Amino acid sequence: MENPDAEAIAGSLACGDMIAIYLRIEESSEKIVDAKFESYGCAANIAAASILTEMIKGKSVREAWNISWRDISNELDGLPPVKYHCGVLAVGALKRAIRAYYEKRSKPEWLPKELTQEEKHTLEEETLMEILANKMRNQKQLQNE
Amino acid sequence: MSHSDLSKSVKELINSHGMPEREVYLDGENSGLIIPEALEAMVKAYMSDGRGHPSITHLIGWTSYQSLYEATENIAKVINCSPDEIVYTHSGTEANNLAIFGSVGHSPNRRKVLVSSIEHLSVIFPAEKLRKYGYKVIKIPVDSEGFLDIDFLSKHVDGETLLVSVAIVNHEIGTIQDMRAVRDVVRDKDEGVLIHTDACDALGRVPLDLKKLDVDLASFSSHKVYGPKGVGALYVREGIKLEPIIYGQLSTQKLWPGVENVPGIVGFSKAVTTLYKSFEDNFRRMTSLRDKLITTILDSIEHTLLNGPTGIKRAPDNVNISFLYCEGEALTVDLSMRGIYVSSGSACTSRVLEPSHVLLAIGRKHEEAHGSLLMKVSPFHTASDIDYVLSVLPESVKRLRSLNPVKPSGR
Repeated sequence: MENPDAEAIAGSLACGDMIAIYLRIEESSEKIVDAKFESYGCAANIAAASILTEMIKGKSVREAWNISWRDISNELDGLPPVKYHCGVLAVGALKRAIRAYYEKRSKPEWLPKELTQEEKHTLEEETLMEILANKMRNQKQLQNE
Repeated sequence: MSHSDLSKSVKELINSHGMPEREVYLDGENSGLIIPEALEAMVKAYMSDGRGHPSITHLIGWTSYQSLYEATENIAKVINCSPDEIVYTHSGTEANNLAIFGSVGHSPNRRKVLVSSIEHLSVIFPAEKLRKYGYKVIKIPVDSEGFLDIDFLSKHVDGETLLVSVAIVNHEIGTIQDMRAVRDVVRDKDEGVLIHTDACDALGRVPLDLKKLDVDLASFSSHKVYGPKGVGALYVREGIKLEPIIYGQLSTQKLWPGVENVPGIVGFSKAVTTLYKSFEDNFRRMTSLRDKLITTILDSIEHTLLNGPTGIKRAPDNVNISFLYCEGEALTVDLSMRGIYVSSGSACTSRVLEPSHVLLAIGRKHEEAHGSLLMKVSPFHTASDIDYVLSVLPESVKRLRSLNPVKPSGR
């Protein structure tokens, strides 16, 4: 999308899971008039990101904010448990994009200050990778000493 | 999710996938086709002289014994050992487990095990289990092409060492180890150390002569040589005393109780002999298909990395390439829609994906390992099969890369 009104990325290449969300928002009505995604991940990751952009088109920003990873799973006729995180990551990216939109605007009262579950999980996933990699390096050293 | 739910969604998945117009199966790593002669021999055994229990005293038992013995004799001839040195299991995984856990019985006082860091999980996991029982388990590092650090091995193998386990051919990146160097280093340090080799991916791909190889234990798997599934074997050199790891009614073999899978073993034997009958031709054919795949992909698709060595030190069937900025599992699904069946070193089954331990051990970064594809050619593939793959693959990679928020140029 050229010059989106808001965009955000969640996940990382190292986790093997990454979703970017791009939003076109009509200033006066706060409606999402267009949404696009990019994805690096398995088929479920691509599907979750794709269906989310379909779900939010035409919705108000506030309605989009309230979409949960479970809504995505239902829309896809049920993500298997091992792929729940793909839905979580998609919602995490969307919420980040919405927060980015209000960065330079007055924040509506429905936008919580504290991070939602999905945003926390997304952050965790991004940092977990680093923690795990460090752990593995330490273990390797221990083993071979 | 219950089995019935899962089965329902898999059925739906198959329906929506549809039947591709052309199919090329390159996932020999995870099982696949069977040599028709092997299947015929197996069916014949089921219908007549292999349908009974080989240690029962009636005609059907005796003919089954005879079929089993002949099948074993034929395998033994190919790999140059005695038929008495072959123990059948029901998979390569079981053979590796018997080798690792069973060796504990050979020298109970030795409490150290060395395995290469790129072994199959059916070697790594049993070894790690021994660690829980107080064994010292050391993983031998490898270089960037997967070759074993022989100096490290030499430094750590000693009189306390029970077992050293190194696969001749690596299952993921096709590295062919210098087993003579492994043997020399180990034997030089201590004659009592058992040497095991997982030969599942070597059988049919490299000449195998167990007398020359001079190892104590070697594992084999039938489906990896295009034989029937459900048959594995462990070569146990005469004089090596393993402890059984499963117990029950003994039939013809002391180390693995239960009824032998005679028809399966007959099929396995036929697959092995058929492959080695035209070994030279098969080797040449696989090598040329392999190299066509590798060179064309590396030349025509940007941001690709070959995993493992090139030339004669690489198994003739192995192609393992990382497609950067392209997630491997998504690529296997995209290719499947176009009738190309391959596997990936990335398994998306948890929040943080654990990429292949083999690729990490050769120093690949996580993001490089996630984008890896493993393709195995066989003597039964044609140049036209490979051309088809090469006509489809670049587009699939391009499509998935176009979806990636991180573009190759960087952003």
